[in-house]
Amino acid sequence: MDEIKLLKLIEKDARISVRDLADVLNESESDVLDQISKLEQQQIICGYHTVINWDKAHNETVSALIEVGATPSKETGYDAIAEKIYRYPEVTTMYLMSGKSEFIVVINGKTMRQVADFVAQKLAPIEGVHRTETYFVLKQYKVEGVVVLSKPNEDKRLIVTP
Amino acid sequence: MSKYVNETIKKIAPSGIRKFFDLANQMEDVVSLGVGEPDFETPWHIRQEAIYAIEHGYTFYTSNRGLDALRQEICKYYQRRFSLSYNWKEEVIVTVGASEGIDLTFRTILNPQDEVILLQPSYVAYEPLVTLAGGVSKIIELKEEHQFKLLPEQLEAAITDKTKILFLNFPSNPTGGIMTYEDYKALIPIIKKHDLLVLSDEIYAELSYDQTFVSIASFEEIKNQVIILNGFSKAYAMTGWRLGYLLAPRDIVTHMIKIHQYGIMCPSTISQYAAVEALKYGDNDCKMHKDSFEARRNFLVNNLNRIGLTCHMPQGAFYVFPSIKNTGLSSEEFAERLLQEQRVAVVPGSAFGTCGQGYIRISYAYSLNQLKEAIKRMERFMQQFNL
Repeated sequence: MDEIKLLKLIEKDARISVRDLADVLNESESDVLDQISKLEQQQIICGYHTVINWDKAHNETVSALIEVGATPSKETGYDAIAEKIYRYPEVTTMYLMSGKSEFIVVINGKTMRQVADFVAQKLAPIEGVHRTETYFVLKQYKVEGVVVLSKPNEDKRLIVTP
Repeated sequence: MSKYVNETIKKIAPSGIRKFFDLANQMEDVVSLGVGEPDFETPWHIRQEAIYAIEHGYTFYTSNRGLDALRQEICKYYQRRFSLSYNWKEEVIVTVGASEGIDLTFRTILNPQDEVILLQPSYVAYEPLVTLAGGVSKIIELKEEHQFKLLPEQLEAAITDKTKILFLNFPSNPTGGIMTYEDYKALIPIIKKHDLLVLSDEIYAELSYDQTFVSIASFEEIKNQVIILNGFSKAYAMTGWRLGYLLAPRDIVTHMIKIHQYGIMCPSTISQYAAVEALKYGDNDCKMHKDSFEARRNFLVNNLNRIGLTCHMPQGAFYVFPSIKNTGLSSEEFAERLLQEQRVAVVPGSAFGTCGQGYIRISYAYSLNQLKEAIKRMERFMQQFNL
């Protein structure tokens, strides 16, 4: 079975049924199911999520992207500091970066106050962290390859053509 | 006022698809699987180039043969993708879609009563264009049991003293059939023996799935007897830009260019600039489009077989051509009733030649969700036949 094809299909649509996957990949349903379980066990598939435009759902949230400057410890390098940060449930995404700052941390909170408190009380005091720079998200245009502001796609083609 | 109209034109029947379009167009809630163009929008970087061309005033005529840069890129592309060498200065004309290339070739080559061998079922324009150029069409009926391939004995049997052109169109609209290297190889001695000019419509070349596409011009011994037609519509999702090209021996191009320069002058300059971008940086777009079509092909064919519309796995283009003979209906009856009863639009196979009778053309240039809805409706439709 073409594992990459399978992964690309569920990456785009996590809700696609096993039967549809089997049809698209020209494989049996049981083989597809086995393959998915294997990929889950191997942690190649790490989760299934939904792209939600929270602005539209009238549920006020605040997102911020925080650049974190950090000094690695001699024994554990960056990973130990990173763990101290990403263990907080407020952190949705975290990367080690090249460039001016060591980490980029994305956090979601209910209010700007909450985000500010998180940075001041939780993030900044962590040993090894020497600088933070917080950027609040004003508007989201595109998330995970999806343009969240766009209208549903209309078919602009003629209904029958040769 | 039709007394003014040319007699040949009067005799040409309007496209059978048109009739069906009118019918489907007045209905609500139709799920169409009747379209002969990709559902993708033109990739953004290509559209950006066109916008750039407009903003910076690249809005003048180009040379009759097309932009130098575009012809160079076309030759690089055929070299890169299919290992075929053409001279951009002498062997290329950029045309208004591949359609112009077909018309141009027939008008350049055919004397009155010269014969053109056409394979059917095939695209609706070929036969009328032969007629308009004063030629005579000789139809070879391709068979489902041969996966709609052209067999050497069929070709041999169709050749007469007047045969001048063999028209090939693989991957095929509407059958999805292809020709492999071996399939073509068997034809080469016949083409050589009868000194035929081969016109090869390769517009669906990039949409070949389980086999790599082979151009008949790859056979060195007949390359100087081959005219290749291609374009940007299907591979790059650029149907509305109306841009194609032809690759042909220099001595033929010299004459073709006369019709093109007086009749057309040059295709849209804006489109030509966009096409340069497509060829330079669009290989990945082609691949993405192809992968997506392949997934949908598999999905559709597996589901059609499940609901009793049996068909072989088409190897190219984006059409499935299932037989509906076991329903006892004609292609037109089937398509019309499917539209009336379940609001699904497909094209009757007979629109692509009389031998398309007993088949329908289903396009899979649609999202999986659209295909799913169509299959649900078609399944309901098929239940009445108790197959």
